[in-house]
Parts: sequence; C-alpha cells; structure tokens
Amino acid sequence: MSELTDLYQEVVLDHGKRPRNFGPLEGATHRAEGLNPLCGDRITVFAKLEGGALREARFEGSGCAISKASASVMTGAVKGKTPAEIDALFDRFHRLVTEGPAPGDEEALGKLAVFSGVHDYPTRVKCASLAWHALRAALAGQGAPVSTE
Amino acid sequence: MTAVKTEREGSVAQRRIGAAERGQRFDPARARLDFPILRQQVHGKPLVYLDNAATTQKPRAVLEAMDRYYAEQNANIHRGVHLLSERATKAYEHARLAVARFIGAPDPREVIFVRGTTEAVNLVAQTFGRRRVSEGDEVLVTALEHHSNIVPWQMLCDEKRARLRVVPIDARGDLDLDALEALLGPRTRLLAVTQVSNALGTVNPLDEIVRRAKAKGVPVLVDGAQGISHLGIDVAASGADFYAFSGHKMYGPTGVGVLWGRRELLEEMPPWQGGGDMILSVSFEKTVYNALPYKFEAGTPAIAEAIGLGAAVAYLESAGLEAIAAHEQELLQHAVERLREVPDLRIVGTPRRRSGAVSFLLGDVHPHDVGTVLDRHGVAVRAGHHCAQPLMQRLGVAATVRASVALYSTREDVDALVRALHAAREVFA
Repeated sequence: MSELTDLYQEVVLDHGKRPRNFGPLEGATHRAEGLNPLCGDRITVFAKLEGGALREARFEGSGCAISKASASVMTGAVKGKTPAEIDALFDRFHRLVTEGPAPGDEEALGKLAVFSGVHDYPTRVKCASLAWHALRAALAGQGAPVSTE
Repeated sequence: MTAVKTEREGSVAQRRIGAAERGQRFDPARARLDFPILRQQVHGKPLVYLDNAATTQKPRAVLEAMDRYYAEQNANIHRGVHLLSERATKAYEHARLAVARFIGAPDPREVIFVRGTTEAVNLVAQTFGRRRVSEGDEVLVTALEHHSNIVPWQMLCDEKRARLRVVPIDARGDLDLDALEALLGPRTRLLAVTQVSNALGTVNPLDEIVRRAKAKGVPVLVDGAQGISHLGIDVAASGADFYAFSGHKMYGPTGVGVLWGRRELLEEMPPWQGGGDMILSVSFEKTVYNALPYKFEAGTPAIAEAIGLGAAVAYLESAGLEAIAAHEQELLQHAVERLREVPDLRIVGTPRRRSGAVSFLLGDVHPHDVGTVLDRHGVAVRAGHHCAQPLMQRLGVAATVRASVALYSTREDVDALVRALHAAREVFA
C-alpha cells in the first residue's frame, strides 16, 4: 500500500499552498475554464502564444491541493513549448497519473514527476488533470468550459 | 392482476412500538453483526463508515430476502397464471403493505414504487406540476434542497414560464419561517421542502411548515430521503400531500424508492410513463389506464429491490425507530462535541435541531484532501458540495466534509474520525 506522503509529496504540498503563476495573465491570447463537477472545483487557465510557442501560462480559481499544485507545476513546465509538445507532455503526464511511473519519465517530465503518487488514488486523477484539460481546451480555441466528466 | 389489499396490517400506533418502549436500549455493537460489509478492513484499517447520508449499508435480512426471491420466487408479476408469478406478485405487494404501514399511509394504493427520491420528485413535477402550474405561477423550494428537489421544479418552471422561488435560511442553517410565510402567495402552486438537509443535518419543523402552507391552500411535497431512516414519518398526520424517499438510504437496496401521495391527488394526476402494467386495455384508438398504484408503475418494476425494501422496513421495525433515533441523536451530539475539540475545525451549519449528519471544514484544507487522508485511515466520509450547490453558495463555501451516522455507528467510529482528522492536520500543517 502506498503512503499518503507518496501522494502529498513536499513539492505538491508546497505548490498547493503557494501556487506559482497564480492570477490573471495580461495579454493572454487563449483562455479556458476547467470544471470538476464532482467537487465544484473551478479553475481558469490563461495562455499567451507567440510565434507558435507558449510564452506564458497562468491560472486562477479554487481547488484541492492536488489540482492547485498540478496547475502550478504545469504552468511552469509548459513555458516555451509548442501546442504539439504540450500534447505529448500531457500524454506522458496522464499515463503517469493513471498507470504510474514509466522509464524515461523523470527526464521527460521533470518536476511534473512529483505527481507519480496519484495513480494509487484513482479518485484524484481528475484533480491532477483538471488544469491540463483547461490548458489544452484553451489552446484548441474551445470557448466552452471543459469538464472532467 | 392482483388488487392491493386495502386493510392495514397494524396501526400507526402499533408500528411505533419498538425496543425503546419495551424498555430496551438499542445496541449498535450487536446491530453491526447484521451488516457483513462492516467487518472488513480498508487500506489495512477497520472500516469506519460515516457516509450514510449517501447510502446506508444493508443488513443480512435484506440481502437474504433478495437472494431468496431470485432463488425461489423469480417471475414477472401481475400477469403470469403460474405459481412463481403468484409468489412473486405476493412478495412484491407484501412489500407495498409493509411500506404503507411503516409510513402510516391510510391506503396502500397510495404507495407508488419508483426508482428513488429523484424519480418520485420528477413524477410529481411532470404530472401534478404540469397540470397545476401555468405561466406566471410560482413553485416554492428552499435553500436547503438537494439538486433532486430543485432541478425538476426548475425544468417545470422553464417549460411553463413559471417562477421558482426560494425560502432562505438563516446563519445557523435553519429555514427562515417568516420569509416562508411571506413567499406563500396567491400564485404559489406547490411547496417542495426537505424533511432533513442532506448537507447540514438541519431538521425542518415540518408540522409548522405544512400548517403554514395549508393555511394558504398550498400543496406540500416533502423530500424524505434523509428523514425516513432517522425520524420516520406518519404521512397521514404530517398533513403533507406527497412524501418521497429512497430505499438505499434506509438499509434497503438501490433502484427502488417510494412516492406516497394523497389518494385524491394521485387519482387526479395523469399517468407519467406509458407501457405495460399501467393499462387496463389498449387499442390503437384508445387506452384505458389502470387504477392506483399501477397507473404510475409502467413496465416491470424492480421486484427484488421492492422486496428488499420490505425487508429493510421489517428490520427497522423490529429494532424500533425511536430506539435507533435516540442512539443516533446521542452519537451525533458526541460527534459535534468531539469535532469542536479539533483545532481549526469549523462546523458548517448549527441548526436548532440536527439529524443524521454534520458538515465541517478543517482550516483551509480542501475537503477532498481531508477525505483522501481520512480514507487512508479507514474512515469513509463525503467530501464535496453534496448535490446542494445553491446551499454551498449561500454558505460561502465550495464544499464541505460531511460525516453521517446510521444505526450501526458507534462512539468508536466518531473517535476514529477525530483521530484521522488530527492526522490530516499534520499532513497539511
């Protein structure tokens, strides 16, 4: 059995309490709202795309420690990446939080690897994915709020 | 077609005689032995099940009744000429009689088996509501309602261009009865109110509410989902017109629930779903609908589940609802006291009278995170908005943690919850 500290790693708790890139983004070119109807959590992700790459991403809203930490780490991790690279990163991240760590994860995911404990907590996968769904919806130009359901 | 017997098996007074009146105290430790699921461990810890407002566990008597039905009686009801069909029909109708007696229904034909509280409310909204509500009319709900007692009325009001109005609550989480009085107007066609709040545990003063509505000639639907297993109901004495509840929140199976309605209203209402069993004769020119309760029971019903619900009623009656209620009340009191000892814990809702549940927040830790830590300590609670988003908004919180008790809950369960909350504080310190 996994320990609670596998889920709530120090970095996760820290980002949950003091989220980075928190607040609106001036000059955002894309934005989308993510909603988890299960718990009523709601976050908005802002992105500024320039020359085909993401120059900056920020988020605001309320949520649990996992969803806030995930948004916080994600907004840092996607900086400078193209939408295609972000999609690929999300695929790997999603595998991590649903199936667990795989070879090469640490190199490919960097700080995002702190969410490796989530796969032992199936009810929390949606919390970890919420910000990603919102970001990808924003970049795809979908105006409607995305839902984890 | 088997007619429902109209005589009642025992009076309201008789059914209320339980263990308490016989001078016995309810013993939860002994009752636990009737619930096989409670014996297990989760995450290596003994299961502490405090999510009873979501669904209760089922006693062996219910499991066995359903098993016996499938092993010995299974057949479709109300139509076969063969022995099994006769047995199945008898068992199904016996469950109806048991429910009628349990809720004090003057006539078992007033007991309609549905899927659950949600379906019962929708049935009333789509039949009674569509007949009675017109453009400019008002339907009254309260700030304490579960989504299932809001959305069906909202849909009706949208369709009819009617207005949904809301009785507010005060800071404690009690209904504002003066506001209720003011909102009951000449255009009010129905008041839909819960007996007990699923999110806060508030017990509404039903007698007073019904009296005020009736004084203005307004019919009342009571959502009994949270009240039935803790307080019970005497529908005839309550003065209400409709009472809805689910089997699975009163130790019965999922998939079955009850709509009770006053007979003259049920007679006046058009059928809701069409199909088999709800007809007397069908031709392509004209269909003649069946009598109550079958008019509202189209298609093959949840036979095994209804039988399971009947067994749950028998279980509750033999334990004695008053004795169970006294035990749960004492336990809830203990829970509130123990929770107050936890630093940074804030109880959400302090109603004058509480039943079943207590909601709280632990510092600024999100309820989902609290729920995850509690789960790893074997403690099952609900974390979220409890399908009462308007109430959460009114209280200014996104979600709460809710602990809810049942007849098999013990002081040890509450103490385990408190220990796990201390552990959660440490994780998020």
